[in-house]
Amino acid sequence: MSQTAISLDHVTKAFNGRTVLDDVSLDIAAGSAFCLLGRSGTGKSVTLKHIIGLMAPDRGRVLVNGRDVATITKRDLSTVRRSMGFLFQNAALFDSISVGENVAFPLRRHTDWADAKIHEVAQSRLTDVGLEHDYDTMPADLSGGMRKRAGLARAMVLDPEILLVDEPSAGLDPITSAEIAALLISLKHRGTTLFIVTHDIPGAREIADELGVLHEGRVIDRGTAADLDRSPHELVRLLMQSEGSG
Amino acid sequence: MLSGQSNDDAGVVADERKAVQPMLKTVGEFLLGRLGAVGEVTLFGARALGEAVRPPYEFREIARQIGDIGWRSMPLLSTAGFAIGVVLSMHTRATLERFGAESMIPAGLALALIRETGPLVTALLVSGRVGAGIGAELGAMRVTEQIDALEAVAVDAFKYLAVTRIVACIIALPLLTTVTDFCGIIGGYVAERAVGDMTWSLYFHRAFAAVEFQDFIPATLKTAIFGLVIGTVASYLGFTTSQGTRGVGRASTSSVVLSSIVIIVTDVVLVKLTLFLFPASA
Repeated sequence: MSQTAISLDHVTKAFNGRTVLDDVSLDIAAGSAFCLLGRSGTGKSVTLKHIIGLMAPDRGRVLVNGRDVATITKRDLSTVRRSMGFLFQNAALFDSISVGENVAFPLRRHTDWADAKIHEVAQSRLTDVGLEHDYDTMPADLSGGMRKRAGLARAMVLDPEILLVDEPSAGLDPITSAEIAALLISLKHRGTTLFIVTHDIPGAREIADELGVLHEGRVIDRGTAADLDRSPHELVRLLMQSEGSG
Repeated sequence: MLSGQSNDDAGVVADERKAVQPMLKTVGEFLLGRLGAVGEVTLFGARALGEAVRPPYEFREIARQIGDIGWRSMPLLSTAGFAIGVVLSMHTRATLERFGAESMIPAGLALALIRETGPLVTALLVSGRVGAGIGAELGAMRVTEQIDALEAVAVDAFKYLAVTRIVACIIALPLLTTVTDFCGIIGGYVAERAVGDMTWSLYFHRAFAAVEFQDFIPATLKTAIFGLVIGTVASYLGFTTSQGTRGVGRASTSSVVLSSIVIIVTDVVLVKLTLFLFPASA
């Protein structure tokens, strides 16, 4: 049996009295790709932020490689985070430095590599996402889709064991979207655990080993794409039949 | 009958209580809210000071911030210092001329600048230029998730963003104050030279003959505390920004207003403390 990379154990989270995650439990095997689907505002991004320790659950535990990210020390959390990459929904690039320096930033912080090597690796990651000519471009000068790709390059730069991706295809044209999907699949084949939040159902079918549907704070169904196509929940079947927003 | 009147009085008192209670509750909640905020800012600053002395140290980022906060404030502060020197000199001359004590102008000006005007003006100008900038920058980073992104790449955002800015303010303020003081004295000389024939060397001799270290050191060092205030208030407001761009604007404005108020109040306390510790400077 494969090792569990991410485990949400009865996680509950409420904001201002509104329960966003309600007793959510999920186990994601190491090296697998999991896509979390659901309508907007159902707590998908909140789930990702729990996994990387940006939010702590009101109840329950979030384990990454067996370590509870809400209760470990700051130093241990930093170690856990170094094993993860996170693509934010709006990319969250640091707007005071160039795109290339955004990608190089984690390398500058966590390696003692020479500047030339850092530059080379950052450039290589930018090439992976089709931004090879934009090392010196400032984030404000990029389109939304390009920012997203730069964010993905930054998330991948430390070769993380686990990659958390929030809406990888939102705002991208179909061709770029397919390229990003291919990149994510190649990462999966290299053994990276993927946890992807998306509305893009065709993309999710292509990438994911397993999918889950979050509705009103609860995972109402999970399984392979074929399992969800036959789900007893009408909402799940409707979602799986949709083309998604991309 | 008496019993009836007493019942009426009791009713009136009860009605008054009912009317006053909501008002007292509102005032109480307001005061508790403000005290809570003061407590949070104080804890934020204390945490920053604690983190500043704990490794790993962010020397490169602190140096960059000193450049940003210090070097880029130089044109504003040197211009302001020069202008204040000119104005102070003109006012001092108008007063001292009446007593035939024009020769005291350089000493009076230097003491006024070094002891109080220079430090306070520097702190208020920096709170406007730098405090607003820090509040807006960190606020924008908060609402665009850049602070979360820093945490996600395993960087302690508090240490990297807030501590570095606070330390940079603490270091930069005394240096900037010295620049303001110096430019003020030059401004005073230029104003004096325009109406008299005092030489540069005589002016400076007279100015610095009256100034002692106990005039300069406490007054300049207190600006490090002003730097702590500016950095802490601005970073706190930036870090706690919410409600999108509106919140960013509010963080920026509130940063200037709150820093200025706290600086002025702190100045009163520090002046009193200085006079207590260095009675000779009174």
